[in-house]
Amino acid sequence: MAAGNGIAMERFEEAPQRVSGVRRFIRVFMGRKIVMFGIVVIGLLVFTAIFAPWLAPYPPNETSLRNTLAGPSSAHLLGTDSLGRDTLSRIIYGSRPGLVIGLIAVSIAAFIGMTFGLLAGFYGRMISAVIMRSMDAVMSVPMILLAVTIAALLGGGLKNVLMALGIALIPPYARLMCSQVLTVKQNDYITASRAGGATNLRIMLAHILPNCFPPLIVLMTMQIGTAILSEASLSFLGIGIKPPDAAWGSMVSEGYQNMLRAPVLSIAPGVAIMLVVFAFNMVGDGLRDALDPKLRGTL
Amino acid sequence: MAVLLEVKNLETHFKTEAGLVKAVDGISYHIHEHEIVGVVGESGCGKSVSQLSILQLIPSPPGKIAGGEVWFEGNDLLRYPANGSKMRDIRGSKISMIFQEPMTSLNPVMSINQQLSEAMQLHLGLNKADARKRAIELLKLVGIPAAESRVDDYPHQFSGGMRQRVMIAMGLSCNPRLIIADEPTTALDVTTQAVLLKLMKDMVDRFNTSLVLVTHNLGVVARYAQRIYVMYAGRIVESGTTEDIFAHPRHPYTVGLLKCVPRLDGDRNKKLVPITGLPPNLVGMPPNCAFLPRCPYRIEQCRKEPWPPLTAVRKDHEAACFVHLEDKDLGINAE
Repeated sequence: MAAGNGIAMERFEEAPQRVSGVRRFIRVFMGRKIVMFGIVVIGLLVFTAIFAPWLAPYPPNETSLRNTLAGPSSAHLLGTDSLGRDTLSRIIYGSRPGLVIGLIAVSIAAFIGMTFGLLAGFYGRMISAVIMRSMDAVMSVPMILLAVTIAALLGGGLKNVLMALGIALIPPYARLMCSQVLTVKQNDYITASRAGGATNLRIMLAHILPNCFPPLIVLMTMQIGTAILSEASLSFLGIGIKPPDAAWGSMVSEGYQNMLRAPVLSIAPGVAIMLVVFAFNMVGDGLRDALDPKLRGTL
Repeated sequence: MAVLLEVKNLETHFKTEAGLVKAVDGISYHIHEHEIVGVVGESGCGKSVSQLSILQLIPSPPGKIAGGEVWFEGNDLLRYPANGSKMRDIRGSKISMIFQEPMTSLNPVMSINQQLSEAMQLHLGLNKADARKRAIELLKLVGIPAAESRVDDYPHQFSGGMRQRVMIAMGLSCNPRLIIADEPTTALDVTTQAVLLKLMKDMVDRFNTSLVLVTHNLGVVARYAQRIYVMYAGRIVESGTTEDIFAHPRHPYTVGLLKCVPRLDGDRNKKLVPITGLPPNLVGMPPNCAFLPRCPYRIEQCRKEPWPPLTAVRKDHEAACFVHLEDKDLGINAE
């Protein structure tokens, strides 16, 4: 039985050296400097958001009308705004709504969108037509316009911004998921597991879903950047986080009015937004490489 | 020998833009217990589709099982809803399948253990630890070295031959009564093929299972199958024991197939004779014999009358042909 299979044995011995999944993931993921940079920035963001009260030199909403629009100094590293509030402290506190909205809005959108996409791709026909055509309808409206409309209808505030972005970000997930499912379900191993007696639910969740993940994870990390940017846009337009709470978007918007006298008021939160969005995109790239199942076990 | 599986007038159709394709056009056959049966035919003759139809694994749409009965253990499997619990209880546990492409038949993101355990947990009610133990045993049985550590590997860490061993282990995992192997060795190199066929034969003998070997390779069935069904254009054109089919073929298509395989025991200077023409387009087939345009023995009756049914030419040997070929017509000496 096992004897005489010279060729198969030889191949077996030539198999690439085995590397545990976790070790390989870390090696590939951490291997690129730009990804490491992204991780550091996101780590700092999380740290700042959690420990804001200890990190910020002043309370974020403490005004000082005698000291408005001050330039950077040792007392106020990034100066003060038109009400004399410390810009650095407000940026530190502003990381909170950004991060919360980024993570939660994307989670909501990804969960709903992937469920839609999975059902549409798996069952096809009527279910697919209904889901995907309504996704197309939602997609025909620019995402930011849709978010603005929903936020305007619901009124501003953290919860409503979350809802608005959560809904506006659904279609890309549904689409990507649906196309992934259509490709993955053609595979022989899906027929094989069906031939093994697996239920539709099990085929969808255990066999199709994990094979669809890599591009979706990339989309999710990149969308966190988009969500943070959209929150900033909503706040910039005045329908996001309500004043006086600090949000980077509204800070750019307020600082913009004093652009010539105190440019740092707009530039500092703008740089913060840019860095964070960039960091999430880079980490998304790194995750894509590290999660590729075809590369797993090698390298 | 008792009949294990009986298929009657199975018809599977596919809707395509060009028209209705009758991929399987009313075939009937049976499999006995502890028997190895070969289903032979060229690509697109419906041999794989007929086997998938038995477990209702035809993707629908565009496919549809248009009619027929599949009797197994006193039940007509085609009466069950395609993805209902009764059908699922048969799949993998009573009848299991081994697929053609070992490279794509295993899920790349699940470890071998997870994939082997899946059916065992489902059908045998084993818990994770027991399923893993049995998975290791099965891997040892099919000749995978260091099974204890290999069981946690992912499919890409296995070679093609190794993966097909895993597929065989998976096919055996729930002690099925019938294994359908759909071109199990086509994607492998010749030496690996021989080893794996031997392995499958050993396993079938050991577990008292029946085996359907779907293949276009006559050499494979000649060695291992007890009986053979020859398919052409969605129908069975000849059936009989392996000896009868090889020594005394009665259908011109079977004759043609045998003539284009080199024989080690014959005259090696003899040229191989290809079957002229191409397999028919299955869309809009005329009612008469599908092999007619390629047939060197055709007579007027073939043109006028619809496709003849399978008729007995001797005991346990049937052919669907108006021309009653005899050994002397084919230049076969009585052995």
